[in-house]
Formats: sequence, C-alpha cells, structure tokens
Amino acid sequence: MPELTVVEAVNHALALEMERDPNVVVLGEDVGKSGGVFRATDGLYAKFGADRVIDTPLSEGVIAGAAIGLAYAGLVPVAEIQFLGFAHNGFNQVVDQLARVRYRSVGRMSAQVTIRAPYGGLVRAPELHSDAFEAHFAHAPGLKVVAAATPADVKGLLLASIRDPDPVLFLEPLRGYRQVKGEVPDGDYVVEIGRARIARAGNDVTLVAWSAAVQAALQAAEDAATQGISVEVIDLRTLVPLDVETLATSVSRTGRAVVLQEAPLTAGFAAEVVATIQEEAFFSLQAPIRRVAAPDVPYPTQLLEEAYVPSPERVLEAIFATTRDA
Amino acid sequence: MNNLEGTRSVALPAPVQFLDEDGELVGGEPPMDDQLALDGYRVMLRGRRFDERCVSLQRQGRMVTLAPGVGQEAATVGAAMAIDSQTDWFVPQYRELAGQLWHGYPLKLAFLWHVGHPIAFQMPEGLNMLPFQAAIAGQLPQAVGLAWGMKLKGDPGVVLAIFGDGGTSQGDFHEAMNLAGVTRAPVIFLCQNNGWAISTHVAQQTASETLAQKAVAYGFPGIRCDGNDLFAVYATVREAARRARAGEGPTLVEALTYRLGLHTTADDPTRYEPREMHDAWVNRDPLRRMQIHLKSRGAVDDAGLERIEGEIREELRVAWDEAQKEPAPDPVSFFKHVHATPSSRLTRQLERFGRDGDA
Repeated sequence: MPELTVVEAVNHALALEMERDPNVVVLGEDVGKSGGVFRATDGLYAKFGADRVIDTPLSEGVIAGAAIGLAYAGLVPVAEIQFLGFAHNGFNQVVDQLARVRYRSVGRMSAQVTIRAPYGGLVRAPELHSDAFEAHFAHAPGLKVVAAATPADVKGLLLASIRDPDPVLFLEPLRGYRQVKGEVPDGDYVVEIGRARIARAGNDVTLVAWSAAVQAALQAAEDAATQGISVEVIDLRTLVPLDVETLATSVSRTGRAVVLQEAPLTAGFAAEVVATIQEEAFFSLQAPIRRVAAPDVPYPTQLLEEAYVPSPERVLEAIFATTRDA
Repeated sequence: MNNLEGTRSVALPAPVQFLDEDGELVGGEPPMDDQLALDGYRVMLRGRRFDERCVSLQRQGRMVTLAPGVGQEAATVGAAMAIDSQTDWFVPQYRELAGQLWHGYPLKLAFLWHVGHPIAFQMPEGLNMLPFQAAIAGQLPQAVGLAWGMKLKGDPGVVLAIFGDGGTSQGDFHEAMNLAGVTRAPVIFLCQNNGWAISTHVAQQTASETLAQKAVAYGFPGIRCDGNDLFAVYATVREAARRARAGEGPTLVEALTYRLGLHTTADDPTRYEPREMHDAWVNRDPLRRMQIHLKSRGAVDDAGLERIEGEIREELRVAWDEAQKEPAPDPVSFFKHVHATPSSRLTRQLERFGRDGDA
C-alpha cells in the first residue's frame, strides 16, 4: 500500500480507470502535454495519446457542455475545471444542462460525466482561485457532489464517480494536493458515493467537515482532547447525496455538533447539515448547533487569507462554546 | 442587415436560392426529384397545420404557452431532409417541429409537448434526437461534443444543431463554434435567422453584416441560403453534411427566413413588428412557392393539394385523439429519473411525498 499525496492519488485513479475502460477520456485546459497545472494528469498524455487526453480551448462552458455530448456518443468523459472559482462560466452547462439530462429526458438519456475541480483556499493563489463554491452546485438536483479529503478517499471516490452512470462534480482539496499524504490501497479500490467517514471517534461533540477543512477539524479535535473534550470528526466525503444516517447516529450520541465550512456563512452547505441534524436528532441535542465559516465577505487577497479561512483555533472556540452551552 | 455603413468586412456570396418567392426556378434544376419535393411539402404543411391547431387549442385554454414555427417550415424540413435519420442526430432548440417530424418525432408527442406532458421529452427508442431546449444555444456545446465523440469513436454520423438569430449572441454559441472548428467536429450549425428574438430585431442583435460570416472567425465556412426555399436549404445542408462526413469539419448555415407567427402564444408582435415587414414576408411564404412549383412541374394539381390538406387534417385529428388518451403523468414519477438509482435521501422524500409538508 503506497503512500501518496492527494494529487498523486488523483493521477493514479485516472490512469487506472483509463487503463480499465477504453471509453474514458480526460479533457480540460492544459491537461495534455503539460499534465495539468497541478500535474493531476501527468503522464496520461504520453500513455494514452491525444485522442484520450485532450487539451481544450479555454472555456469552462464548452468543456462541461461538450462532455455531455461526448457521453451521448458513448465516451466516459472526465473533465477538469482548472479551479472551481471559474466553474461559473460553465454553470449553465453543469447545473441547467448536465444535472438534468436523465430527468428531462424521462430516463431516456444519461450523462456519465465527471467534472473534477480543485477548490479551497490558503494556497496563495490569485483572485477566484480559492473560493469554496460547493454550495452553489449542491443545490442542483441530479448532480452528485463529492468532496473527499484524503488520498485513499480521493482514489476510491474518483473511481466511483467516473463509473457512476450519473454526473458527479468531484471537488478536490487544493490545499491538500501536496500537503496531505496517506496510504492508498492498491488496485481497484472504490469508495461508495454518499457515505461519510468517521475520521476520528469521540463522545462529547460531533464536528462535521469536508474536503481540505477536515485537516483543520482534526487539528481542533486533537487540541480539544488535551483539554479533556472528546470530539468525533465526521468527514462527509460526499455532500450530495448527504449521509444523513451517519450524522444522526453520531449526534444522537454526543448531543452536540459543530459544522465547519470554508465558504462564507450565509446559505453555505453547513446550513444544510445543521438543518438535517436538527430534523434527525433534535431531542438528543444538549446545545445549539454551531457553525464555523468564513465571514460573508468575498475571498480576500493572499495577505489576508489566513485571517479569512476558518482556523483550527476558531473551530476549537466553537467546540468550547458548544460544551459550555446548557 | 444593419444600418451601419462600411461594416462589410467579409465578402460572402449571395444566399443560395433555387425557387424565388413566386415559385420560379432561378437556381438551376432542383436538388431533389418531384416526389421527394412533394414529400417535403407534405411535412411542411403538417407542421403549419399543427401549429395553427395548437395556437387555437391554446386560445381555448387547452394548451400551455407554445412557440409556433409558422413561416419557417422550409428551413427546418429542408435541413432535416438533408441528413440521414438512421445515423445522424437532430439537435433542436424549440421552433423546429416541422423538421423534427421529418426526422421521426411523432405528432402525438408533439401535442403532448404542448399540454405540458413530460413524455414529450422522452425521445422514442432509436430516434437520434435531443429533446427541445429552452436555454438559447444551450445545446450547441453538447451538439459539438456529440459530433466530436462520434468522430473519436469512428461512427459515421453527423449532427444537425438548430438555433436562431438570437442564439448567436450567446456565449454557448461562440464557445461551441470555436470548439467545433478546433476539433473539426462533424456538425452543421443551422441558424434560423427569422428576424426576431422575441421583440428584438436581428439588426439590434449584432453589428455583423451577416450571421454566416461569424463562422469565418472560427475557421470554417458560413453559408447563407434562402430559408423559405426548401431546395436551397436542402442543397446547402446536404453539402454541409457531405463535408462533415468527409472529415472536412463544421459548417454554419444561415437560413434567411421569417417568423410569420408569434414568438410564443404569450407574445403580441403588433407592439413591435412593422406591418409592412410582416406583409412582405407573407409573400415569401415557403408553402406557397412550393405549391406553385409543384403544380408547374405537374407533380400535383389543385385537387391533389386539397387531398393532402384533408389527409393532414385527419392525421392531426387522430394524433390529438391519441394524445388525449395518454394517461396523465403521476406526480411521483418525477422522483424516478433524477438518478439511475435514487439516493436514500430522495427515496425518503418520495415516501413522505404528499403525506405532509415534511421532506
């Protein structure tokens, strides 16, 4: 079982699936000879050729839109949007078109399309390269949204996403691309979409996070343990469909919950998690559920981003607060 | 097309035309035999009478808002006739019904479309056609992807993608045209320039002298044809399909036509459409000129034309009767096709659906 970084796990999964299924094609900006701006597609062009690893014009709209058509033709496209912050140029194709293919054709057509996009902050990137826009896409019925955090889950869920008969937006933790390393199972390793993971077991507080924020959550849980508070960290792994059972089971036991998101507070995905917990585990709750989020302010320039993105310290404060409440 | 002087930067030939507005042959021998021309006329008429019937039913409150294609039948049928329904794909916007009928879309489903039944969007098995699309130019990137994918897979098909003059202002149009040029995808972009995007005249849509010339920027030919001349559209699209099949890449065809009817049944063109412009185009009606031509060839006479009218009246009656017998859709059916397998969360919503307000 080799140890890989997140971006190596992406590369490994793509190579594996292209080897297994000759219909899989990778397309996007700079995915070919360059191997992707983060090297996620490194070596694929040399191995699989220009007809399967395709550099496209610089247009997120046509990358997503053409992927739908490629799927109609019988291919299995894995499209890369270089940064999620630019996905809105293709929002119409992803949300209004791709997500609805099966529904609007009353089941006649489907689009087996995976759209990969790195996202999240603290990588000293320019404007719109760091925004956490996951909630914009989680509100599109028909689109599954995966946001894995670890190299093993990135591999297992990317393989599951590519094989899923329906479209998946596969969000990759940009900050974790090289920072997060972990053992990755060899061979054909698939993780089911829609299942959360207990990243750390605990009894006093349930802390929910996804993607790169899982690292901050684990750090906060570690810090809380030194203060005698046992925190259970749930890594959602998939936002849509949401694993309601794992959330309900954990909070029913701990009675307290903190939900962490990197995005601005209002109408973020944490709100969905909080609403779900109160529907499922209201009578177990011993304290109000807390959210830790960025302020309702656009993502700042590099010198300000440490202050903007929720830190383990802010998560720890929320854990303390929820244990003080009631 | 616009009022600016000195904007003609790209010289394009005059629009392709075979039949002038009086039904006189002006472009040499027709590109199809009389029987095929008569078949094409019949489907154009079917589309016309269908639209008239539906507008009437809509006015009686029996149909939803709909967009008739009156006046544009030659553009859509001529294009459909020029591709092969067995191998080629038809990608519509929403004002192409006559052409879709030629390609194999059933009349019964067309009626169901206009009563708001979801089944109208489920193409019959084996019909190479995407459903109607409300997002203007929204399916063009998909059409290019489909054509490009067929090329990558070595399939023989080409894609006919239809949109209007308003669609040429959309990013999806330009992005799709650009990708098609780069990939040499076997796609035919058919722009039905009908003069109007709801109330916005094409002169306010673009400063280009023609819409066809936009193809030049993307590295492939743009050709104008008389969109009210079945032969002109057929010959132009047939050549575009030949090019696509031969690996010569995409073509943009601008069919010059006119929306003789309404944008939709919610529209009132008297607020913006100059009367004399409308009247001028009434005289260029694509059906009238085909009638004159077919009679001049001896392919049909007045009695024959009357017989066709009667047959179409009967077809429409039967199809509308069948459509009305279609069971109403069950509300729970909309849970079924969101994903191949519904998530447990959606399944639970289905279980609770209609019981209470709780999701």
